[in-house]
Amino acid sequence: MTRGRLATPLLVAPALAFLAVVLFYPLARTVEQSFTDPTTGLENYRHLFASGVYVRVLLTTLLVSGLVTGICLLLGYPLAYTAATRGGGVRALVLAAVMIPFWTSLLVRTYAWQVILGREGPIASLLDAVGVAAPQLLYNRIGAVVGMVYVMLPFMVLSLYAVMRDVDPSLLRAARSLGAPAGRAFRHVYLPQTLPGVTGGVLLVFVISIGFYVTPALLGGRKEVFIAELIQMNVTETVQWGFASALGVVLLLVTLALLAAYDRLLGAESMFAAGRREGRA
Amino acid sequence: MPGRPDYLALRELTKTFAHRHGTHHAVDGVSLEVAEGEFVSLLGPSGSGKTTTLMMIAGFVAPSAGAIVVDDRSIADVPPHRRNIGVVFQSYALFPKMTVAANVGFPLRMRGVSRARVKEQVTRLLTLVGLEAYADRRPAQLSGGQQQRVALARALVFDPGLLLLDEPMSALDRKLREQLQLEVRRIQRTLNVTTLYVTHDQDEAMLLSDRVAIMDGGRVQQLGTPREVYTAPANRFVAQFLGETNVVPATVVAGDAGSPRATVAGGLVGFAARRATRAGERVELFVRPEQVTLAAAGERALAGRVAQALYLGDTTRYRVRLGDGTLVTAAVANRSDAPRFAAEQQVSLDWEAASARVLD
Repeated sequence: MTRGRLATPLLVAPALAFLAVVLFYPLARTVEQSFTDPTTGLENYRHLFASGVYVRVLLTTLLVSGLVTGICLLLGYPLAYTAATRGGGVRALVLAAVMIPFWTSLLVRTYAWQVILGREGPIASLLDAVGVAAPQLLYNRIGAVVGMVYVMLPFMVLSLYAVMRDVDPSLLRAARSLGAPAGRAFRHVYLPQTLPGVTGGVLLVFVISIGFYVTPALLGGRKEVFIAELIQMNVTETVQWGFASALGVVLLLVTLALLAAYDRLLGAESMFAAGRREGRA
Repeated sequence: MPGRPDYLALRELTKTFAHRHGTHHAVDGVSLEVAEGEFVSLLGPSGSGKTTTLMMIAGFVAPSAGAIVVDDRSIADVPPHRRNIGVVFQSYALFPKMTVAANVGFPLRMRGVSRARVKEQVTRLLTLVGLEAYADRRPAQLSGGQQQRVALARALVFDPGLLLLDEPMSALDRKLREQLQLEVRRIQRTLNVTTLYVTHDQDEAMLLSDRVAIMDGGRVQQLGTPREVYTAPANRFVAQFLGETNVVPATVVAGDAGSPRATVAGGLVGFAARRATRAGERVELFVRPEQVTLAAAGERALAGRVAQALYLGDTTRYRVRLGDGTLVTAAVANRSDAPRFAAEQQVSLDWEAASARVLD
């Protein structure tokens, strides 16, 4: 007992020290700077909310992130379901298809999409060949959404898969034998079991999306500016550190508000590999 | 009330799985008839095809060949949810997010039964399984035995034409299992529902069943009442799978006559053959330990020496080495007047001719 009581703080001390240096201190400085640079007070925040541009960028960020999250869920659920319910070969194939891009450099993948979606790219060529005028796919919302969905899909699939893997496969069989057609068995029995994975995946994808920089910057062009791009611009181009800090703080607060809402609804614990305890009867 | 004898009929039911090295016959031509209201167990080691057979009847596994007929109707093309078959799964498969009452009411709700009628039926079934006080609990709040009973109530609430149970007791401890076995039997008799029960536990199969189908290698090795399959096993597999059996090498002295005889380690004993034997043939006699009579040296036909005496409370098991080295186990009931023997003691033994069998 005595040793255990002493050992626990000793064991977490290095991690706490690390976080203190690389997270808590810079965070505190950022918050401080947003109120003090260039002048002490709420000037940065007043400017932020007074100008329609910044609010619009924030709304665009939230909207596009929501769109990306929705599409990831629609694409990811069947993928995760297939991986969780099918046998070895199919499962390995689906998981590999999801994971291999995950291990590839984000920048490389984003440039690849520039080629695919570009004016000379395969999609445009194909549409040309069948005599359809290719729409603009790059440097607008389509490009940003396609690229972000591609990057975010693994997060969604893995969140769902972790939960689905633990759903007793005989639950669906039981529902069928008890008189439920396939659709109702899925809706009444399987879907409720996987909801923790759905909410976990949705939250993860959405939170990462609203802070996204590289992909919307390269594929969304000037029309789909994300808040992270504004922060970057204020740091490197206009050198307004205080204002950039204020933007960062607002982004952080939005994220925290979402997490709080999630915790209210479902409990923070259920966020990762959720429902595991409940999944087994 | 005696129902029709072929209420459920499996005809040459076969399931083959293709794999890298060819095809595997999980179920290999199973034919079986179950009478209305009858309780039949599929008993066999793992991999014998019993669960696959059950899953084909439930509609979760498509047969490769053969027919499943319920009440004169082939159900091959009927989807699982319209087969009207109650299934109890090994994991119980209770819906974790629903209360006990919602679980039991699920099949009725799927059938569009009115709310009032659902409530009434759920109460009736929960009372039958003794869980009416637990209607509002969640499955996770129940013990294994209680979950099992909820699963049973849920599988019976819609008056299924057939009840299938897939090793429903395997996750429970022994005491609870015995208690639930008696309850399953009582409930099955009360509702008179035709039941097929998959188990690898022979005591369970014997206790519960009107008839037992012993399965191995995807085939039914023997179908009969518990007494038939135990006392008159159809083949070596059945004899050795059920209970314990001595396998005694013997040479036939007089074959076909009404009472065939054979020599075992120099002594002459009777046996019963399922097939014709001829004088001089080398055979193996299958004898249950409790059929062996043990006596003082010289009193019985076969002489031996006690190698080991194991006291088990109700019986003592003697391992006796015969002259040719064959070990024969004799189970002797520990009545107060039973003779006792010590290790190394010279003894003699034999058996009733009818209890020693030559099997294929």
